[in-house]
Parts: sequence; structure tokens; C-alpha cells
Amino acid sequence: MQETKTIRVLIAKPGLDGHDRGAKVIARALRDAGMEVIYTGLRQTPEQIVEAAIQEDVDVIGLSILSGAHNVLFPRVIELLREKGADDILVVGGGVIPHDDIPYLKECGIAEIFTPGTPISQIVEFIKNNVKK
Amino acid sequence: MFDKESLKKLEQEKTRWESTTVDKVIKKTPERHEKFYTGSNLEVDRLYTPLDVQELDYMKDLGFPGEYPYTRGIQPTMYRGRFWTMRQYAGFGTAEESNERYKYLLSQGQTGLSVAFDLPTQIGYDSDHPLAQGEVGKVGVAIDSLKDMEILFDGIPLDQVSTSMTINAPASVLLAMYIAVAEKQGVSADKLSGTIQNDILKEYVARGTYIFPPEPSMRLITNIFEFCSKHVPKWNTISISGYHIREAGATAVQEVAFTLANGIAYVEAAIKAGLDVDEFAPRLSFFFNAHNDLLEEVAKFRAARRLWARIMKERFKAKNPKSMMLRFHTQTGGSTLTAQQPDNNIVRVTIQALAAVLGGTQSLHTNSRDEALALPTEESVRIALRTQQIIAYESGVTETIDPLAGSYYVEHLTNLIEQKAMEYIQKIDELGGAPKAIEKGYIQQEIQDSAYRYQQEIESGRRIVVGVNKFQIEEEPPKNLLKVNPEVEKIQKKKLETLRATRDNIAVQNALEELSKKAATDENLMPSIINCVKAYATLGEICDTLRRVFGEYKATVTF
Amino acid sequence: MDLAEKILQKDKRAVARLITLIERENLEAREALKKLYKYTGNSFVIGITGPPGAGKSSLVNELAKKIREKGKTVGIIAVDPTSPFTGGALLGDRIRMQDLTLDEGIFIRSMGSRGSLGGITKAAYDAVKVLDAYGMDYVIIETVGVGQTEIDIVKLADTVVLVLVPGLGDDVQAIKAGIMEIADIFAVNKSDREGADRLVHEIEMMMELSQKDFDFRPPIVKTVAVTGEGIDVLECRISEHLDYLCKNGILEQKRKTRVKEEFMELLKEHITRLILQKNESKIDMLVRDISNRTVDPYTALDILTKEIF
Repeated sequence: MQETKTIRVLIAKPGLDGHDRGAKVIARALRDAGMEVIYTGLRQTPEQIVEAAIQEDVDVIGLSILSGAHNVLFPRVIELLREKGADDILVVGGGVIPHDDIPYLKECGIAEIFTPGTPISQIVEFIKNNVKK
Repeated sequence: MFDKESLKKLEQEKTRWESTTVDKVIKKTPERHEKFYTGSNLEVDRLYTPLDVQELDYMKDLGFPGEYPYTRGIQPTMYRGRFWTMRQYAGFGTAEESNERYKYLLSQGQTGLSVAFDLPTQIGYDSDHPLAQGEVGKVGVAIDSLKDMEILFDGIPLDQVSTSMTINAPASVLLAMYIAVAEKQGVSADKLSGTIQNDILKEYVARGTYIFPPEPSMRLITNIFEFCSKHVPKWNTISISGYHIREAGATAVQEVAFTLANGIAYVEAAIKAGLDVDEFAPRLSFFFNAHNDLLEEVAKFRAARRLWARIMKERFKAKNPKSMMLRFHTQTGGSTLTAQQPDNNIVRVTIQALAAVLGGTQSLHTNSRDEALALPTEESVRIALRTQQIIAYESGVTETIDPLAGSYYVEHLTNLIEQKAMEYIQKIDELGGAPKAIEKGYIQQEIQDSAYRYQQEIESGRRIVVGVNKFQIEEEPPKNLLKVNPEVEKIQKKKLETLRATRDNIAVQNALEELSKKAATDENLMPSIINCVKAYATLGEICDTLRRVFGEYKATVTF
Repeated sequence: MDLAEKILQKDKRAVARLITLIERENLEAREALKKLYKYTGNSFVIGITGPPGAGKSSLVNELAKKIREKGKTVGIIAVDPTSPFTGGALLGDRIRMQDLTLDEGIFIRSMGSRGSLGGITKAAYDAVKVLDAYGMDYVIIETVGVGQTEIDIVKLADTVVLVLVPGLGDDVQAIKAGIMEIADIFAVNKSDREGADRLVHEIEMMMELSQKDFDFRPPIVKTVAVTGEGIDVLECRISEHLDYLCKNGILEQKRKTRVKEEFMELLKEHITRLILQKNESKIDMLVRDISNRTVDPYTALDILTKEIF
């Protein structure tokens, strides 16, 4: 039997900002790169994001945020994944994120942060090269 | 404007020029591309001549400034009389911190205030709501109750400044607070001038800070129209916003089309609620984006003005000239800013601001260079404001009105944008109007397709963004970014605690119950909301009361 | 503990993982399913289908909440089409089901149809078995009713709800005949819109015209999923249909048919694979001959089968 692996990605917008242009463009681009993309919509709590990621058994979680709440919400997602034993899921983030915050976020366990202007091809490559399963 | 004979001659001459002079050069050195496009993908010819604007009828299509169809501007003297209002959108952290920033901006020559609220405020949550976690004071100031609003405007005489508030779903509550603060300052409501954004349709389409479903939301909006026409006559009751539609990825044509389609929906809702068009239409205002394609943007503003005038006169039979004037605020394009080589953004903002001024804007916000990285620092905000001042005082473009009129290219583009926007509006009419088109996801889909196409153009290198996909350099991470005080959330929570312990809670309960009852009728809710606010009910309590009656909106999502 | 045991121990991650392995046609999945099979057959399976934009996800969201009010658990499988060009898919049904995410008695899984003929039908039903063994009282399968595949998927459900809306330009006539016939219940969603009554009437007319003798005449329920209106009635009609199925032994019959169909599918697939494995070059030669018109396909079949059996 031939096994067909399709990368599954959860794209989520934690926090309250409603700017989902980036999230949706990425979702579409990942689809076009052959991935299955589960989009969860706006205003998701870290708890909801992690629960959805587990049920959907995704390989990757992509978090998009523009409001500045990343230092609170991104680490919380990682913390919950660890609690649920799901920390093999690759977590990446994007949005308006000051460079100064990136080392902290990476230390917390976010694999990579993509700031405005990152070519999507780079994001696709990163995901393909770093999924853990 | 041109006689047939000379046009015919011109056409022959143009053909000759192309087949001789141009051809010769192209054979030697071909043009950079086979086809050229505007920033929004309209095809651009090599040269524009009277042939491209031969249908133009000066009096019918352009007219004079301050006269129908207002293509050349809404005031008879434009910037020769007075510059646009330089209005920098600002606010962060606590009311105290924002109050300080406002006072600084006013001392630097800014002429109007523009209040940014944090997201919990924009979605009607108090700072201690679970969803507010991490968001308090981040993208704007946190306002939980009248107490915060009193601090926000402390020492700022509300009869002397005009204040713009970027607030939509809970606009009625924030307006009520503003009126209440003014009253405490001894300023009556009829002396207040300013704007609330109050444009819920674009929240469903592009910005995402909605609370209630469309129907009760539209009711709140028409309640404000009615209340203000009687009690706050100088207040701009809505700022119909194309800005966020453009930020979400729309083209210039789509920005005009979808914004005016939303405008039509508001006018129709108000008429349906029994208001006379000339009673509220003069207080409608608009809010547009300015991107980098200078001439296309200028044409966009001119086209929007002309199209709105025609819609108001022909479709809604408005009689008051003020009902036909499209007055607008402009903000330079946030999504055009790059995190790479951030100082380049100063140049982008200059071009965009110039487009807004050449397009005849009534007020302007210029973005700061570091906004793709964080909230702007004071220094960056100052450069942004200085950019406007240099255009106003040094560039010379303000000394005559609508200086680009008569440019064959600009007039051609103005026509083209108007025509293409009109086609969209007709399509939206066929779908049953903007609210229906939004419900069906049509408008969102069109915007997302444009956003995706734009991204692909950048990825493929067909579109160049300097410093991003060409002319990159190795960069040191930028320093000195603004950090919002992480204590804000704690401070706000503490304030709320104190408030709830010290206010007259029975009065609050009564006011909220009264509001709840009125919400179930079709009475105007503004008086009840003002009562709640004055009793120091919190924003969250007021919005929750309305949530229980109105329900909450769930998005239609398209990709 | 292996996957099957973990699932029986109510391990949510194991459920999710097994569905992934099923989608990947991984051999480990088959082993787990072998172990789980005897624990299946306890869930009621509701199929929900209808044209795009009918509000199916919102309806599923509200229906699941109603079922939860009765203390029952719900598994949801939402199938969306896979892009035939890239193999990727955008799965957005969860957006409408945000209320359910944190409910411990709910498990939602989005699946891409992944193109392969009949493959998704099998994968979706294996996924149903997983949720069944996991102990879900109800399993809802949601698909867009546009193609044969989607019809095949919901056809396997115990109760099929067809969701229609007024004014989508999908007159009853225009809807695939096959899909109208599999409906046990019609839901006219967004029934606060103009044309709802006309749509109800059209469905009634269509049932008249079909002159079918209904033992259970498909009821038509008007709903407004976004406000929850009519969902209690829909839930009621679904229960009535299940009662009807159980009382008359129809459910047993229906499931037997389903088991047979599933088994026949497996058999076909299995035999085809076996034949392919052992006779690849022979088949290639025959195909070449058929193309050259030196032999006809029917004779080629005779030649092949004679050699194998």
C-alpha cells in the first residue's frame, strides 16, 4: 500500500485583531503548495487553537497576529501544547512583531517568526523542511 | 472639448509617430515590459492624448471647485483657504498616557485629534474580559468607562478641537461618553465637532471588529444619524471607510466601488428608518487609503468624488449640495510599509501623502516609518507629521486647486476608475445591495482574489517592492521601538475593580435594564446609552446588555 | 499501548492520529481498525449535505449543540474538496463551529476529499468507525453536495439531511436528481429569506411527482441556522427518523447493505491490487495490444482471467 503524506496546517488568529489578509493569503498559498489547511477564523483563544490542532492532528500551527499581544498569546499556545503532550507540532508565527521580541518567542518554542515582507515561498520551504513527522 | 477635425488629425499623427519615431527606438531598445499596469492592475498606454478623453465634457464631468459634480474639489478655494486637517491617529496604553501624547501633538501644530482604541474597547469588552488578555492598551487606548474618557480628554477643551474616533461596533457608547465628558467641561453637544468611524459594513468585509449582526448594527447607526442631526449637528456621524478594504487587498477600483456601495447601504437604511436624505447626508464622511501609484491614486479620489455626487443627486434625489459632497479623510497605506529598510517608508509615505493632497483630501494621517515593526515612536510620528507640513508649506502643490486636472492620463484614469467602480456597484445592486453581497461573501471574495494576485506578483518578481524583493541589504535589527507598558492590563483591571466598588450599582442596574427594554423596541437607543454611561456602567456591561438582545455576528468566511 | 487501545481508553490524540493514518492509507491503520471493529456499530450516523453556501456548517454547529443538551456526545467529520491541481485543500468548516471546540463531548475532524476515486468514501467511513469505537453517540458527516463522491459519502449515513436555501439559484429542478432521492429529511435553511415558502412548496411538488410510496415521508423543516431557529424541530425529525429505522428493522437492513457495499469495495480494491502486483507486465502488454487494435478489450479480459484463475 502506498502511503501518501499530506502536510496538515492549522492557521489561526489568536487575539482580537481582525486583520486576516495575511492569514488568508498564507492559507491559500499553502493550499496551492499541496497542503491541507484548516482555518479557524478570528478571535481564537490559545485553548481553542490547541484543541483544534489536536483534533485535526496537524503537523503545523501558523499563528498570525498584528495587535501586539504575541508575547502573551504565542507562549500560551506552546505551554498548552506541552501540557497536552502535543509539542511535536511545529509552531510558526507571523505579523507585526518587533525584532526585539523574536528571541524571547523562539526561546518559548516558536520555531520561526515571519515578519511583513517575507516571501511566501520561504514560509512554504520552512514548513516543508521542519515538520517533525 | 475637442473638435472632430483636430481629433481626426491627431489620430493620424499619433499613428505616424508610433510607426516611425517610436518603432525605430523600440527596435533598437525595446521597452522594459510588453505591457504596463498601474498599482491596481489597470493597463497603462505609452502615451495619452486628447484622443483618450475626447468624451470629456468639462462642465458636466469636471465643473468648478465647490460645485457639482465636485470632481475638482469640494471647497471653492481648497488649500488656498486652509490646509487639510493634519490628524495623526494615536493612542495607546492608559488614558493618562494617551492624554499626554495628545497634548504633545497639539503643541506640535497638529490641528485635530484622532483617537485609537485598543481591541477590547473596539469589540466591547472590558479590560478584565478573558479575551482581552494581552490586548489591553496595545493598539490604542483602553477605555472601560466614562472615568477613562474623562482622563483621556483632561485639559483638552472639547469645544476647540475636533476629535476623530476610530470606533465602530460600540460607536454609540463612545460617542455617548464623549458627549458626557463635554457636558462635564461645560460644553454643550451642539458645540462638538468630530467624527466617529461607525462603519460596520467594512468590519464584516475587511477589519473584523464587529459585535452584533448586521440588522441591529444598522439600527444603531441610523439611531446615531437621527440623534446627532438633532443634538450634535456638527458631528460627522459616520466615516465610510475604504481604508481597511484597501488594506485587506482591494484594488483602487474596488476601494471606491465597495466603499460607495456601503455608503449607498447606509443612505438606504437611514431613508428606510424615516429620515430625509438631506437631513443626514451632509454629515456623512469618507475615509480612503493612499498607495504608491501617485497618479492612479489622485484619479481615484477625483473619481470617487464625482461618482458619489452623481449617486446622491440622481439616485437619492438629494437637494442640498452638502449631501452630494464627498468629504474624506486619508491615511497612507499601512500595508505598503516594509519591515525591511524602514527608513524607505518615509519616502513611500511622502508619495502617498502627496497623492492625497493632489486628490483634494480634507484631512490626512501619515504613517510612521516603523509601523511594520511596532507602534510608532514619538520621533517617527514627528517625521510623519513633518512630511505633511513640508507638502503643505514647501511643495507648492497647494497654491492652485486640483493641479493635475486636464492631464490626459489623469482624466482618462479618473473616467476609467469611475466607470469600473460603477460596474461593481451595479453588480452589488443585482445581488441585493452591499449587506446581501457581504452575506454572500461576494465582496470578501473579490478582495481576497486581489490580495492573492498581488502577493503572487511579488513572489514572481513581476512587481518590485524596493528592499523586499529587489535591492535587499543585510540589516541590523532596528532599535528604539516603542514598547507598551505591560502594566496597563493590571492598571485597568484595578481601575475597574475600584469603579465597581464605588459607583452606585443600583443606578447602573436600572440604566442597563432600561437599555435592555428599549433595545427590544424600535426606539432610538442613544438617550438610554447616555444614561448608562453617566451612571458609570462599563463599556462591557453596556455591550453585553445589547448582546443579549441582539445576538452576536458570525463571519462568512471566504478564501 | 497501541493506537486501538489508546482510543478505547478515550485518548483524543490517538483518535486524531488514527484518522490521519487512515487518510494516508497507512498499513498501521488497518491493524488498528481490525482491533476496533468489534467496538463499532453503536453510533447513529447523520449525513448532512447540500449546495455550497447553504449554511451546512452552521446547521451542524447548532444541531450538535442540541444533541449535546440531551447529554449525548457527537463526532463531526467535515469533508471539503481537495484541489485537483495541487492536492491541497482549504478546510474552513471549523470557523462555523467555534462554539464547539472546547466541548469535551465533541470531536471535530476536517478532511480533504483527496481526489482518489472512492478513496474518501472509504476514509470517511473508516473515520466514522474510529469515532464510533471512541464512544461517540452520534457521528455527523458533512459534505458539499456537488458531485457523485459526496452523494456516495452521505448515502452511507443512517439518516440523510439535505440542506437547501431559497434564492441560491438552485431551483429544485436543477439539483442533481440523485441527491434529492437520498434525502430522509429536507432542511430549508435561511428560511427567513424571501422564497422560503416557495422552496418548501417546490420540494413537496417534487415528492408528489416522484409518485414514490413513502413509508417515511421526508419531512421539510424550516431553519435559520445562524439564530438556531428551527433546529429543535430538525433534531426532533432526525430522532423520529431514527426511531422509524429502529422499529421497523430498517436500520439493521440498511447497515447490512452498507456493510456489504463496503466489503465489496474492499474486495474489489484488494483483488485489483493483487492482480496488478502479479501481472503488471502481462497487463501492460494487453493494453498495448488493445491500443493497437490487435485484440479487443473483451478478449483481453478472457485471456487474463484464464491465466489467473
